[in-house]
Amino acid sequence: MKELLIISGKGGTGKTSITAAFAALADNKVIADCDVDAADMHLLLQPDVKETHQFYASKVAEIHEDKCVRCGKCIEACRFDAIEDFKINHIYCEGCGVCYRICPQNAITMEDSLSGHWFVSETKHGPMVHAKLGIAEENSGKLVTEVRKAAQKIAQEQNKSLIIIDGPPGIGCPVISSITGVDMVLIVTEPTVAGKHDLERIIKLANHFDVKTAVCINKYDLDERKTLEIENYCKSIGVDVISKIPFDRKVIDALIKGLSIVEYEETSQTASEIKNLWQKVQNML
Amino acid sequence: MIITVASGKGGTGKTTVATNLALVVKDKISVEFLDCDVEEPNAHLFLNPELNVIEPVTLPVPSVNEELCDGCGYCKEVCEFSAITVMAGNVLVFEELCHGCGGCVKFCPKGALTDKPKQIGVVESGRCSEGFSFVHGKLNIGSPLAPPVIKAVKKKAKNDGVVIIDAPPGTSCPVIASLSRSDYCLLVTEPTPFGLNDLKLAVGMVREMGIPFGVIINRSGLGDDKVEKYCDSEGIPILLKIPFDRRYAECYARGGCVVEEFPELYKKFNDLWKEIERRVEK
Repeated sequence: MKELLIISGKGGTGKTSITAAFAALADNKVIADCDVDAADMHLLLQPDVKETHQFYASKVAEIHEDKCVRCGKCIEACRFDAIEDFKINHIYCEGCGVCYRICPQNAITMEDSLSGHWFVSETKHGPMVHAKLGIAEENSGKLVTEVRKAAQKIAQEQNKSLIIIDGPPGIGCPVISSITGVDMVLIVTEPTVAGKHDLERIIKLANHFDVKTAVCINKYDLDERKTLEIENYCKSIGVDVISKIPFDRKVIDALIKGLSIVEYEETSQTASEIKNLWQKVQNML
Repeated sequence: MIITVASGKGGTGKTTVATNLALVVKDKISVEFLDCDVEEPNAHLFLNPELNVIEPVTLPVPSVNEELCDGCGYCKEVCEFSAITVMAGNVLVFEELCHGCGGCVKFCPKGALTDKPKQIGVVESGRCSEGFSFVHGKLNIGSPLAPPVIKAVKKKAKNDGVVIIDAPPGTSCPVIASLSRSDYCLLVTEPTPFGLNDLKLAVGMVREMGIPFGVIINRSGLGDDKVEKYCDSEGIPILLKIPFDRRYAECYARGGCVVEEFPELYKKFNDLWKEIERRVEK
């Protein structure tokens, strides 16, 4: 069983649109949406949710007014500025438990906090695991790990040979949880100064984890000079640019219909380029 | 006044809005620009500041004095982040998992642990040629924790005029750290199903935090009208629509600023600023 991760560093380069196209093209796979704080894949795959799981990753502190003598030891000890006027601000509390342990009156307890949900679903393109992090919650990295574990279990049980993972933007905690242990990373970038800058950082992250990496330039014709710069940069560091996909408003039309471009307009240039890309990714895997 | 530009979905145009707003506002009042997208900071590519002050950002992680440690394992018990394990009486610290809460150091019965600063990123600051101050943070590659770097960026602000913050995408802790204590939030979206879905998540977040906000629709004309219908039905003000125009996209692609190249957009951003001022003072 192989795991393919699609990431971008910069948001909005087209990760999910390309992942959804792969989901339509690939056989015998499980889909995992690991962009847990802004998951979008369900809009294209219209999942029929079979299982809903609660996700308790952390605790939050609670100060009990009846026991609190306002000595201030908790406020002094909290490194997250999460206690104001002897009330816990749940948004800032990281659940470290320092205030709970330091309180001389035992006026603080640690309560389980529901951080989100994750789902196992059936879609027109096979099983999918996805999640929804609670609003203003932490622990996106742990939720990503949970989604990946569930996808791996399904792949084993149903004898699926591939897991396709739609990753989150950035290079921080949820991205690190997404990249650890995958077989290949496909980076989707765009020909803009910001796209190129973020590509450089995400390639370094992939190298840090020693993962096989390839690059795809989406909307490449928006700025062909920038595209060339990106190609030259990738060449200089020995990373292959395996596809260049043109800007195509039909990708958005397809999205509005809840379809990937390869389903919406199978014969378009964009669709055939993505099919080509999928072939190359399979070969690399 | 602190104004934060955020969005659920990435790539909707947060940096475009934040940088161009700064370029318009700086003609009226002193501006400090903070790029809090420390995982992938981009604003400097458009504003070209001279970043002459570079300061490390550190997180206090535990360091073990083996002479004092008796391997009791209480530190492991105290750590809520699984950042410490004790094997055969030896304490092992996984620094990437440590949140720097200081619990293990504080509660070690032998006083065998001390805080040791671990660099997780840098804050770089300076001025733009247009005369306003600019600060951004860069999270080290391989470091998972963005919020401490974001907080370090925000500490640099004097807040004596207008602070404009460019936030990271999403709705989780890095975004919360960027948004906290803002007077107003601009949520940038695009008129697509992805844009709408993620806008709803972002609206939930700013409402939970109690921060007044308005919406900006970028690439208006692409996609459909569901974002507008949603905003109408929720009573959310749409403060600006930036039409989709290939010339704007090309300007952005090469690192240009649209208000400097397209007078019609200077006017739109100027109106946006007047509207924000009116709403914050109300």
